[in-house]
Amino acid sequence: MNIENLIQISDYEWEIPTDVRRDMRVPVRLFATRELIEQIISDKSLDQAVNAATLPGLVGSVIVMPDMHQGYGFPIGGVAATEFPGGVVSPGAIGYDINCGVRLLASKIELESARSHLDRLATLLNKYCPSGVGKEGALRVTTKELDHVLHDGSRWAMKNNFATEADLARTEESGCLEDAKPEKVSDRAKERGRQQIGSLGAGNHFIEVDVVDEIFDENAASIMGLWAGYLTVQIHCGSRGLGHQICTDYVQQFQSAVKKYGIDLPDRELVCAPMDTPEGQAYLGAMRAAANFAFANRQLLAHSARRAFEETFKSRDAYLHQVYDICHNMGKIETHEVNGRRMKVCVHRKGATRAFGPGTPGLPPEYQKIGQPVIIPGSMGTASWVLVGTKDSMARSFGSSCHGAGRVMSRAKAKHEVRGDALKKELEEQGIKVRAGSLSGLAEESPQAYKDVDRVVETVSEAGIARKVARLKPVAVIKG
Amino acid sequence: MAGKPRGSEELQHTADWSLRVWAGDLSALFEEAARGLNELAGVKPSGGKRVKRHFETEAPDAESLLVAFLSELIYYQEQQHIGFSIFDIRIFDMPNNEYRISADMEGAPIRSIGKPIKAVTYHNLKIEKTARGLEAEIVFDV
Repeated sequence: MNIENLIQISDYEWEIPTDVRRDMRVPVRLFATRELIEQIISDKSLDQAVNAATLPGLVGSVIVMPDMHQGYGFPIGGVAATEFPGGVVSPGAIGYDINCGVRLLASKIELESARSHLDRLATLLNKYCPSGVGKEGALRVTTKELDHVLHDGSRWAMKNNFATEADLARTEESGCLEDAKPEKVSDRAKERGRQQIGSLGAGNHFIEVDVVDEIFDENAASIMGLWAGYLTVQIHCGSRGLGHQICTDYVQQFQSAVKKYGIDLPDRELVCAPMDTPEGQAYLGAMRAAANFAFANRQLLAHSARRAFEETFKSRDAYLHQVYDICHNMGKIETHEVNGRRMKVCVHRKGATRAFGPGTPGLPPEYQKIGQPVIIPGSMGTASWVLVGTKDSMARSFGSSCHGAGRVMSRAKAKHEVRGDALKKELEEQGIKVRAGSLSGLAEESPQAYKDVDRVVETVSEAGIARKVARLKPVAVIKG
Repeated sequence: MAGKPRGSEELQHTADWSLRVWAGDLSALFEEAARGLNELAGVKPSGGKRVKRHFETEAPDAESLLVAFLSELIYYQEQQHIGFSIFDIRIFDMPNNEYRISADMEGAPIRSIGKPIKAVTYHNLKIEKTARGLEAEIVFDV
């Protein structure tokens, strides 16, 4: 794929028309500047977007965000909507880490009064939020209890005093997807989940303490409870080994489903099944169960983060109120207008954030006027952003926006070019406390491996699919 | 197929990890993939008691069998903290066009792991005949 295959719609929007490849069912719509397109073209992500455009039952366009990069099967930063219930659901278009997402909590602690406590805060966060792949969580649940987690998500956490009603109100889908089917989750997936609940994991997952650096929309920020100079916490985590096992199980099972339903695809990782078939229903039930596990897991980590803040600062101002909790990797049945017709669709978001505009059903009352908060974590040492969804995002991107900075350098290259210990020292010199389980893992996630998050955010903002509210700057990072 | 070269190398991948493996036959290819997975993940065994496990499964094609085998190794690494280093792998072409693996694996408890792998994908996975025997590119989710 090269830039000549793309039609420029505006400075921030491009299209790959269906005549680029004969098997495309819909066009691909990209939100990106020319500079970002030139970065995107350096890997195989556009080919993957074209592959995604061959899925049966697609409506509108396959959408890709400016943080797009190469994944497997479906590109990261991609959004695809299939007609419900006859269209397909594709586990590979949702990803292995089902309901990987970000939670933002905010305090009334000012950075200036907190500086001398940041070391202790980072240590306590690291202590109470177990990290590392396969790392066991602080909580032990029985298989029966796990089924309640899979069915009820954050509601299970609230019943067990790990969550408040306010937390649930400020969580996408109130922290629980209906119609989860724990019985469609394999024993092996449950085994992985049972041991890991309450843990952070590794890879690009993290807990980060940030300070609100600049406010761009005073009204929206004050509704969210964000104030310049005050500390916040981001929790980036998903459904751990449980979600990975569910995706592994169903990608394997769907290898025969595509033959059964006569579906021909360019990449076996894109395998899918119509939603109105037993196979499609089983995956949707299991995927929702994994999503509920992830909601509960981020809630448990939030509970641990609150404990760390309260023990560190010993003040009522240390209470972390929830700003919002958003999902990155998910398939959701939503109603959108496509070609002038309102219809139910399954919106696959893989490395993309739901970004519902003002007035959209499902948002809590205080966010009805401003739109849904969209949390965009940056790379370590760089800014993160809080945005809100817009009416344009509903019309042009199935109510979706970007999800982060987006990788630009391979992990192999990052490991070769960056030393974990040197990076840790560099971040510490910038005043950022670092707790990392693996220095090589830290190197892979170095800021230079990522695009410039400010440019990514500028692009979605200028394109009109999200609006800036606040910029955050890191002061402590905890990584697996 | 004795004498055919065998090995693995890491390939560039923006978000995840990718490995090319080659060997003279399917059994050797699977073994190279297992060793490559261990190397990518930085699996360091302890000097603890040796552990033996047996794995058997069937799949509709060789690629699915490879994904199932490597997924099993990931499960052992993550859940039971066991890394295998000795493999006796037998692969059978079944009468119904399916493939069957019977693998005896020996290893030890893992002392440390650098960057574990979370899943094996089917992305562009195809076991192909080349001058080196059989080759495949495997993308792992990390």
